[in-house]
Amino acid sequence: MADQLAIGSRRGLRPALPLLLPAYLWLTVAIFLPLSAMVFFSFMTDLPLAGKEWAFTLGNYAAFFSQSLYSTLLFASLRLGLEVTLWCVVIGYPAAYVLAKVLKGRSREAIFLLVILPFWSNGLVRIFSWAMVLREGGILDTALNAVLPFKINIDLMYSYPAVIIGLVHSYVPYMVLTCYLTLQAIDDSLIEAGRSLGASRRQVLWRVIIPLSMPGLIAGAALIFVPVVGSFMEPRILGGRTGTFYGTVIEDQFVAVFNWPLGAALSFILLAVVLIILALAAPVLRKAA
Amino acid sequence: MRMPRLTAFLTATAVFVSAFTLAAQAAEEVHVLNWKGYGADEPWAVANFEKATGFKVVNDFFNSEQEMLTKIRTNPGLYDVVMINAAFNDQAMAGKLIQPIDVSKLSNYADIAKDKAGSPMLNHDGKVYGVPWVWGLTALAINEKSFDKPPTSIAEMWDPAHKGRVIIRDDAVEAVQFGAIASGQNINDIKDMDAVKAKLTSLMPQIKTFWSSENDWNQMVASNQIDIGTYWSGSADRAKTHFKLPVSLVIPQEGAVAWLDAFSIPVGSKNVAGAEAFINYMIDPKFYVEWVTKVGAPVSANTKAVDALPEDAFNRKVMGSPDVAKRIQFQAPVTDEQREKYLALWQELKVNVK
Repeated sequence: MADQLAIGSRRGLRPALPLLLPAYLWLTVAIFLPLSAMVFFSFMTDLPLAGKEWAFTLGNYAAFFSQSLYSTLLFASLRLGLEVTLWCVVIGYPAAYVLAKVLKGRSREAIFLLVILPFWSNGLVRIFSWAMVLREGGILDTALNAVLPFKINIDLMYSYPAVIIGLVHSYVPYMVLTCYLTLQAIDDSLIEAGRSLGASRRQVLWRVIIPLSMPGLIAGAALIFVPVVGSFMEPRILGGRTGTFYGTVIEDQFVAVFNWPLGAALSFILLAVVLIILALAAPVLRKAA
Repeated sequence: MRMPRLTAFLTATAVFVSAFTLAAQAAEEVHVLNWKGYGADEPWAVANFEKATGFKVVNDFFNSEQEMLTKIRTNPGLYDVVMINAAFNDQAMAGKLIQPIDVSKLSNYADIAKDKAGSPMLNHDGKVYGVPWVWGLTALAINEKSFDKPPTSIAEMWDPAHKGRVIIRDDAVEAVQFGAIASGQNINDIKDMDAVKAKLTSLMPQIKTFWSSENDWNQMVASNQIDIGTYWSGSADRAKTHFKLPVSLVIPQEGAVAWLDAFSIPVGSKNVAGAEAFINYMIDPKFYVEWVTKVGAPVSANTKAVDALPEDAFNRKVMGSPDVAKRIQFQAPVTDEQREKYLALWQELKVNVK
């Protein structure tokens, strides 16, 4: 038995090697090496360019703790991540349920396509389209005023809600996809069994469907929360003067002031905070799942 | 099947890249580093220059002064001409990034206004490190639809009537210097930072959003979302001439920030003769008049070029008037220490707005 297992695993690894190699080679060259360089930069006083002197320092990390500015921004970004994730659940989960359990055949394909469609367009195009919709005198404002008998003034552009709207729109397909996959895997007979044993629809939802689809919900939430906390493009374009977040400050360090070491240090602090949050949440979530 | 094709693809890429690098080293090319859409890359200008001299122009761009310095630092020998704001010339020279220019080879140099050519920012130890090209202002621009008559004071930005319809550039140095003007201080010697901070803090609630490119500004006006904001004189001219937008420049009575852009030759340039020819062409009156007429531009440092404009041209009539000259303050070099201080203030203001 043990021999067989050993042979089996050896057989498993060797043929798999050529299949794994491209992915790992790619990860090493494209992710691991640049990331290591960034870790290195984050401990330097200046970039080692021609004629510039540099030394190792912890000052870039100290900057985060010595100025309340960065922690304020980090909290704002974490809050943004939570809010966007929550809205994605509220919007995405029911849609995924309908797709998985109610619709069948052609209509399911059609609705599915509509959910995924925005996913295929470029992110910048989506954000600029929102800019056209949300601004005063924009599409939403004009359309509502044409229909409604009274005059309302809709100018959501350059505000916190605009950032939320843009981000939720960009990320909701993740939630729909992950929840759809787990919801679809739930055997219908489990739901029927629950119903026949006297559970109300609500009880079935809370005691059967949600617990069984929890892995999808968690995967979706993690997929959304992490990039949203570091997002910079959407806040910058849609947020206007309220659009300063942790991600935009990191972007400024790289693009505007060329302080790569500080930008790298701030990025790694973000990475650490996100990892800590995910690690703290893991036992709770695993239990729930 | 797959691997050979991949290898072929990689080889092709490698060959292409090395061919490109080789071509880049050819002596008859002039590599120019400048802001995008800022005169030197106009297709008609490049075509005219190439026809007249036989050199081939290769344009490259930067998005901030820091990026420009990084590019010449990390690519020694690649660029032949670089456009450097006079306030950064010191830093580039001290870093041994640019070389002295033999101005006797530039036939148009003699026509450059004496105060610009003799600027201590561009001359070190009797040698010329930058040839003044154009100058302009960071002043105010207005959406003509929102005003019956143009305002005269910078205080207009703080007028509650424009709440939520004001725009300023997302740039720490510019914002702080603007705050200095609003609080009646010298932009190059800010004594009372608290006054600047107080001014900018009270401006924040007025602001709609921050702009970072000309395109942002022009779109905000085109969709009638702003009344007034800080803008560059050349850009305001382009918005009016080229994009036909209802934009006009206002030079407030309190003053405005003036900047001077100059061309330099990086150390290690492989085509100094080509660089000299290109710089000479850039300060030529013929090029300048065409640039102003077709596209819109800041004010040339070449007095003959400005005189070649029609008498009522904005760049000649308004920008050239002695009254304006009295009000403007030319930007001096900003030290790294000051820059970091300004950035900290600016970030704090932006964060507290929430």
